[in-house]
Amino acid sequence: MNYLGKDVQLKVVGTRPIRPDGVEKVNGRAAFGADVAVSGMIHAKVVRSPHAHARIKSIDTSKAEAVKGVSAVITGADLPDIPSEEAFVGEGPANFREMSHNVIARGKVLYDGHAVAAVAATSAAIAEEAARLVEVEYEVLPHVISVEEAMADGAPVLHDDMFTQGVDPKPTKASNVAKRVEFKLGDSNAAFSKADVIVERQYKTQPVHQAYIEPHACVVSYNPDGQAQIWCSSQGQFMVRAFCAKLLGMDIASIRVMPLEIGGGFGGKTLVYLEPLALALSKKSGRPVKMVMSREEVFRGSGPTSGGTINVKIGATKNGRIVAAECETILQAGAFPGSPVGPACMTAFACYDLTDVTAFGYDVVSNRPKVAAYRAPGAPISTFAVESAVDELAQNLGMDPGELRLINAAKDETKAAYGPTLKNIGFVETLEAAVASQHYTSDLGEAPKGKRRGRGIASGFWFNIGGESSGATYVNEDGTVTVVSGNPDIGGSRASMGMMAAEVLGIEVERVRTIVGDTASVGYSFLTGGSRVTFATGMAVTQSAEEVRDDLCRRAALIWEIDADAVEWRDGHAHPAGENAGKFDPLSLSDIAAKSGRTGGPIAAKSSINAQGAGPGYATHICDVEVDEETGHVAVLRYTAVQDVGKAIHPAYVEGQMQGGAVQGIGWALNEEYIYNKDGRLDNPGFLDYRVPVASDLPMIETVLIEVPNPRHPFGAKGVGEVPIVPPMAAVANAISNATGLRMPNLPMSPPHVRAALDAAKA
Amino acid sequence: MAKIHVTTKINGEDAEFLCEPQQTMLDVLRDELSLTGSKEGCGSGDCGACSIIVDGRLVCSCLMFGAEASGAEITTIEGIANGDTLHPLQQKFLEHAALQCGFCTPGVLVASKALLDANPSPTEEQARYWLAGNLCRCTGYDKIIEAVMDAAAEMRGE
Repeated sequence: MNYLGKDVQLKVVGTRPIRPDGVEKVNGRAAFGADVAVSGMIHAKVVRSPHAHARIKSIDTSKAEAVKGVSAVITGADLPDIPSEEAFVGEGPANFREMSHNVIARGKVLYDGHAVAAVAATSAAIAEEAARLVEVEYEVLPHVISVEEAMADGAPVLHDDMFTQGVDPKPTKASNVAKRVEFKLGDSNAAFSKADVIVERQYKTQPVHQAYIEPHACVVSYNPDGQAQIWCSSQGQFMVRAFCAKLLGMDIASIRVMPLEIGGGFGGKTLVYLEPLALALSKKSGRPVKMVMSREEVFRGSGPTSGGTINVKIGATKNGRIVAAECETILQAGAFPGSPVGPACMTAFACYDLTDVTAFGYDVVSNRPKVAAYRAPGAPISTFAVESAVDELAQNLGMDPGELRLINAAKDETKAAYGPTLKNIGFVETLEAAVASQHYTSDLGEAPKGKRRGRGIASGFWFNIGGESSGATYVNEDGTVTVVSGNPDIGGSRASMGMMAAEVLGIEVERVRTIVGDTASVGYSFLTGGSRVTFATGMAVTQSAEEVRDDLCRRAALIWEIDADAVEWRDGHAHPAGENAGKFDPLSLSDIAAKSGRTGGPIAAKSSINAQGAGPGYATHICDVEVDEETGHVAVLRYTAVQDVGKAIHPAYVEGQMQGGAVQGIGWALNEEYIYNKDGRLDNPGFLDYRVPVASDLPMIETVLIEVPNPRHPFGAKGVGEVPIVPPMAAVANAISNATGLRMPNLPMSPPHVRAALDAAKA
Repeated sequence: MAKIHVTTKINGEDAEFLCEPQQTMLDVLRDELSLTGSKEGCGSGDCGACSIIVDGRLVCSCLMFGAEASGAEITTIEGIANGDTLHPLQQKFLEHAALQCGFCTPGVLVASKALLDANPSPTEEQARYWLAGNLCRCTGYDKIIEAVMDAAAEMRGE
């Protein structure tokens, strides 16, 4: 059933209770990945490649093994050689064999930081010292860092068995281009003839890291009976279990994964890096093994998302109707195929109602760490280009950029270029709210001498997904309720799960405690990603709570000795209804729980579903900047995020997603980038030189929640976590353009780049 | 090398430990004293997740040797609350949803306490600059600043 009708009075959903796991997160007791200790535990460190591309001629571990306190050393030879097999890992395709080769190199190292060996010892300090004694003989090979170099004729080829997919005829020569994808509606090429104005430009974005503050960490205990336990921080305990089983050749039932608190992920913890190594080391040493990455290892050996080169061409009539659009997106995949080029192309024009549109792209490998998902993977990259182009189009047409977007906005029944017909979307509502907002209509104020102010607006789209999810509701003996979620809580989902169950049961949210189950205590759930948890796992939890509510009515009927149909559940109590109305005193949940032994035993329900119908997310952001003409520094003066959130279950955490996503996007726009030296080594693997936004960089991030309910979810929820990172780069770029008259097509728009653009314009 | 015997005071209680000369205070807290509330996000003083207060000064415990704790008075996240009663900052962080993943939260709270100890009436700008050494990747800082300003007002009795 759903709770969407106008006559439904919600008491819990839509309020702002304190999250059930809050106190232990403010007093330091919450256990994250590196906070766990197991009896007999030893510590391990990874030996990483100093080369961007090299053949491994030999690995001599004897000196490391001879160090007192060292228990085991592994290399690629200690993991099984598994066949190529496609795996769906959340926000993009992957291949188990490539995943195994990324976890530890075989034959060749493909990037600076690629793991080649791992050493376990009685202390982390000994493991680190011994790791330095592992002797790897390399034959250094020519490397490629940029996609342009990687696609050039004669470029060093990373994988000599990789032939571009998706082109006809199939190539006979190996290359670094893994595949070509294309999405097409109508005939864009011909439709440009109808355009009065055409904008066309190339844009470039840099790879950026998810930069969660908690480095990857795990403890793994492999027992002589072949069973293993894994305690780790990840975006999916079932993902860790499945990947470890596959990479180590174990069966799934032999691995139990205990999800610890996760200190941020944003897509970067949808993969395994350390767990398979720790498992192999635990097996070899006979001891539980703890592994924790340093920050440098996080930057060199995990994530980031792709950098890209995007060519956009858009044509419109003089009254602002877009008649043709094309976008080519070339994305870095890192050392193995699997950039988010598909979603980048699919989302590129998803904000607009277009009849003639083509989006195509290439997935290109180079000697960088294999990319991982990062919040709406791919969409921010193509959208930066498209939304910058739309802004330029508005400038050329002399139109307000909000108005131009409204003229072309996707709405219900719009057929998206990537396939589906859109339904129950709230994009127009976000634009209308943005254009009418106090922010958008306010005066920018006068800039101080030597500075210029400007305002930009940009929009964004993200699919959101549903998928396989499990939840359970248990009524405890005293009438309190335990809810079990199958998904790690990355930003407050325990609160939203508990709120939905409390709403269904008609009780105070404080009587519901939500926990995250381990892989042996809750049904399978696909990982926390795709903005799916409140939607899909929330649906499973809601269904389990409804089953419990129906069972509570049956139990009351048994106590009263009447038909179950003659009982209704209201305000946390069973009430006799129909002809029995008023004949018995209502029974509370606690009353029924206390008597459960006499009415059939414990009261509990589990739900495992494959949730369908996730409503897509749309957002429109407004940004005011002040550009310092002398230094090129760009300050964000004011920022507003407007988003269709379906129904905000816990509005404070929805606002938090919008604010956090917007600020990550501001970092992507203004500062963040990977810097490689000529040897292909990462020059900035730390927070000092890879600068994420800090508190003093930012104003308050204003939020406007638009609620266009998703009828496929019991409370109308849509995913909210990813779309907030899609508009910011263009919103900032458009504001800079408004301030200075300069179009900044390359990220990051950091002081040296902005200053250079200002200088070039003067010259 | 011989270990160093250190006598100190942590969260109001006498404490002693043995540490290696090169061992950081963060490692001592986490590995020797089981105080794992202080987190390592970078190990280089850039993220602030390991923030502690040493003799009234805000310090990244990853940049301090354990041996330097000798004779000092130290406050960690575990010592912010008064027994069962949360510090107003902790309470306001919960009420304002000023945490998402919670990993940076201990360091942000310790740094915020050091701010309010030194300046009970910070402006928003002062709070933002004080907390510029504490990275949070989840929240965009908005609700953190709101919570700090609200806690400051409450502690001033407003």
